[in-house]
Parts: sequence; structure tokens; C-alpha cells
Amino acid sequence: MRARVLVRPKAGILDPQGQAVERALPALGFDGVRNVHVGRLIELDVEDASQLPEMCEKLLANPLIEDYEIVQ
Amino acid sequence: MRFPGSCDDVDALLAAEMVGEAEILWHGEHNLRGVDAIVVPGGFSYGDYLRPGAIARFSPVMESVMAFAREGGPVLGICNGFQILCEAGMLPGALLTNVSLQFVCRQVTVEATGASSAFTGGFAAGARLSIPVKHTTGRFYAPAAELDRLEQAGQVVLRYAPGENPNGSLRDIAGVCNETGTVMGLMPHPEHAVDPLTGSTDGLKLFQALRDHVGSLLAA
Repeated sequence: MRARVLVRPKAGILDPQGQAVERALPALGFDGVRNVHVGRLIELDVEDASQLPEMCEKLLANPLIEDYEIVQ
Repeated sequence: MRFPGSCDDVDALLAAEMVGEAEILWHGEHNLRGVDAIVVPGGFSYGDYLRPGAIARFSPVMESVMAFAREGGPVLGICNGFQILCEAGMLPGALLTNVSLQFVCRQVTVEATGASSAFTGGFAAGARLSIPVKHTTGRFYAPAAELDRLEQAGQVVLRYAPGENPNGSLRDIAGVCNETGTVMGLMPHPEHAVDPLTGSTDGLKLFQALRDHVGSLLAA
């Protein structure tokens, strides 16, 4: 099964990468953009999707600083 | 220790040899060869893929290092080594991308907090060390309640001096230790500050403190 894991910086943690992108967009004429955050997309084929949460907790995300979302 | 992608292993080896005997341990082996202390050096272990330290923490040698640390063996993580020890859960917190988003490489002044550890024994509170940093992912982070707990427990051992914070680390934290003070991580590179040729020998003080700690363990 093909799965996607979205990994995001936890809310409240300073995200300078998101801020840099947010500042860059108006320079290209895209106004009205707020709350930009940059995360990571991991795509993987898995035989047992029930293992995905544990994979996320142990390796794919660092739960102290990142939230993850599994999309199947 | 040496991982694929380590780059400060030789400097760490040379610094350790200034205070005792030292050898390189390879990441793929479980055997720690009877060493009395371990330095996890800086670099880009496993290419820093996913997150710095995230993959290195699962290398064969790290199982042995974790067992070694559980027995009270001293382990010092420098830069990427600090990131590895945090990912392994051997140290609290995490290292995030510098607020500047830029690689920083410069001499910084750090201050000892007075908290005791195997690497800062004998450092008075406020004692200053001049040591270089060179990293992109060095912003120490832990939730506020955890930071309070670390400070109260004496686990914050080094802070960047006022105005010296190079990466946006919360509460200017440059180095932390575990609850027993036997595992420590820091972003600055003491192994690059052991020879007058490079401007400061302050980094050697951590290695000397470590040697004294090991000496007291062996004498006991």
C-alpha cells in the first residue's frame, strides 16, 4: 500500500524557514499570504499500514518538535 | 567514534590524545574495546538525511554506547554528536535549524552555569570559554516546562555569553547533560580549541575535566 506521511513543525515552535517563504511571496506580487510553514512529505510503500504510527514515532518524525499525519 | 559522514573525528581523537590514550570506534561495530569514555564527534553522520542524527542513532555502535551510558560511562556529544544523543533520547531536547537559516562558523564565548558534570567538573559558575561553533542546525529547543525542569535539575551546563547566541537557542543554552551528569552534548567544538595555533585552548579544559572524572572512577 502506498502511504504518505506529512511532517510539520509543531505549532508554536519558531519556524524561520516558513517565515522566509512568507516574506518571499509578497516580493513576487502574491499578497495576503500568512502562516506559512514548511514541512516534509515522505512517500512509502508498506505491507502493513498499522506499523505506520510506530514508524513515525521512532524515525520519520521527532515527536518533540514535529507533528505527523498519515495519509493512505 | 566515526560514522560515515563524520568530519571532526580526527580532531576529537587528537584532543583526547592530549589527555590520555584514544582510538577511533567504527559505527558498524558493537565492540567498544574497553574504553573509559566516548566522544561522539561532529560532522554529517549518514548525510544528516531526514534530520541530523536521526539515522545515526540506530547504528550498531549506538546500542553499545547507550548501554555504556546506562552504566554511568561518560559520553560527550559534540555538534552532530549532540544531535545524535538527543535523537537517541540520551539527552533532553532537540536541535533545530538556526534562526538565521545560515551556516555559522565563528568563535563564541560560552559560560559555565556551575552545574556539575563529568565534563565541566571544577568549572565555576560564570567561567568563560572561547570555543568555535560551526553548524546550521544548532538551535536548542525544549518545551518551556522542560526547560524549567532542566535548569532546576542542573542539567544546563553551558550557555552562550550575553549577545553571543549564534543560532537562537532557547535561554542561550549551548550545552546540556543527562540527569546524572555523565552524558553531555554541546554545539560548540571544544576539540577545535586545544592548540594555541587556532587561538584558544579553552576546549582542552573539557577533555581535562573528563580525564579527571575518569581518573576518579578508576581510583574508586
